[in-house]
Amino acid sequence: MAEIPYTSDEMMTIAASRMLRNGSTCFVGIGLPSAAANLARLTHAPDVVLIYESGTIATKPNVLPLSIADSELAETAETVVGMVEMFQYWLMGGKISTGFLGAAQIDKYANLNSTVIGPYGKPKVRLPGAGGAPAIAASCGEILVTLRHNKRAFVPKLEFVTSGGHMEGGDSRAKLRLPGKGPVAVITDLGILTPDPETKELVLTSVHPGVTVDQVVAETGWPLKVAEQVKTTPEPTELELRVLRELNERTAKAHAGQA
Amino acid sequence: MAHPKSARIVSLREAVAEHIHDGDTVALEGFTHLIPAAAGHEIIRQKRRNLELIRLTPDLVYDQLIGMGCASSLRFSWGGNPGVGSLHRFRDAIENGWPQPLQIEEHEHAGMAVAYAAGASHLPFGILRGYLGTDLSANTSVKFIDCPFTGEKLAAVPAIRPDVTVIHAQKADRKGNVFLWGIVGVQKEAVLAAERVIVTVEEIVDELHAPMNAVVLPYWVIDAVCEVKGGAYPSYTHGYYKRDNSFYKKWDAISKDRDTFLGWMDKHILQTADFDEFMKSIGAQV
Repeated sequence: MAEIPYTSDEMMTIAASRMLRNGSTCFVGIGLPSAAANLARLTHAPDVVLIYESGTIATKPNVLPLSIADSELAETAETVVGMVEMFQYWLMGGKISTGFLGAAQIDKYANLNSTVIGPYGKPKVRLPGAGGAPAIAASCGEILVTLRHNKRAFVPKLEFVTSGGHMEGGDSRAKLRLPGKGPVAVITDLGILTPDPETKELVLTSVHPGVTVDQVVAETGWPLKVAEQVKTTPEPTELELRVLRELNERTAKAHAGQA
Repeated sequence: MAHPKSARIVSLREAVAEHIHDGDTVALEGFTHLIPAAAGHEIIRQKRRNLELIRLTPDLVYDQLIGMGCASSLRFSWGGNPGVGSLHRFRDAIENGWPQPLQIEEHEHAGMAVAYAAGASHLPFGILRGYLGTDLSANTSVKFIDCPFTGEKLAAVPAIRPDVTVIHAQKADRKGNVFLWGIVGVQKEAVLAAERVIVTVEEIVDELHAPMNAVVLPYWVIDAVCEVKGGAYPSYTHGYYKRDNSFYKKWDAISKDRDTFLGWMDKHILQTADFDEFMKSIGAQV
């Protein structure tokens, strides 16, 4: 299985796709989450229901969307609803089991920032902002997060909390009475982190093949907790790699063709 | 109680001149699909100032309005170039106050959506389970209230009641009834929440042939209907033309530098008479 070389980004997307259970209903963020969710749909989870905030329900895009509301998402959806209905009835109404999010930054309790780097009133970098993420983070049954692992992204303190994870840890999220139970896994290009059941602090539980624990610790901006027995993420299978690469090729071709 | 309107079919130039004034709160809605780009250009040509802009997803058109000094404030929930990255004019206004400071009120999509629904319902606020556990509410007019029945803490978002809402749609009939389909975002709510409404359409037809339950907005809630073929370019109009992703990528380079941006806007928007001329000047077709 290990004969086919693969990139750390491919490993990240494949590891993230494996976390999505067949039969779940998934609210999908654009970018890395969208690639992972569609890979899941095309491999082990043919009955996953993918939902994008543009109102496209049970969509089966043949290529990855460039934007959250590409026509491909509407054309391959079972139904398309307006955004008030999307957020109120479907998301806040508790119909969606899994939210799949990316972010620019994350802290040790899996709170997410996609708003600003630097002070809010005088930002160093102004990011796009919240979009649907806070509502997804609050209302989906559980949350998967995927982003690349480095010290710029894994920071000791967020300057802006855009989407609530486990807040200050312990029972602080429970006290807010948010409907969903929050982040259950963070999948990066180096490994997988899961929250401690009690403290809710992220713990490194798996490293991808060829990655050392020290490497992950070095790329994390806080003293990272490491599980007693860190697993090694299973290598990508031939099928996973083939399907992902075909998906990426189709996507590149489709988007390049619109010059 | 508002009187029923009677939509007039006019040119976009007339519609903007008559209905959009300096200082108005203006929502040009469209969620990646059906973005009223032509209307945005016409507002720039007519040099409107101090507009209080509203939109869930300010994108290229808002970048243009902000960079050309048309806007004093923006209420929004996601400001980016979808699939590409930053909106440089939007960022320059927030980070450096160029060409003038832009006051922002930043929400989440769910909050904007219920605020439009409240506006359409003539209710003072929309209500949702939101903003909790985030830093968003500290920078908005959102307040938390206790449910009178259960005691649950809920977010109250002031209703959005734009002076003017502008949308783009596929079709209108000769009376001014409008039919849109595909990803319809918050357009119905934004139209029904507004004091005045301008709709640009791909074509004006004799019969809409809208299926039952389609989004049809009647002529008596609309002020002006303008036929502008390709009026959502570079976004798309479902059933008519696709999104020009390459233009979104090009916009990154055009908008990055202030002078390049101003030169481009002058040549392609200020120096063109209307959207047809704009499309010809950039060599675009739909």
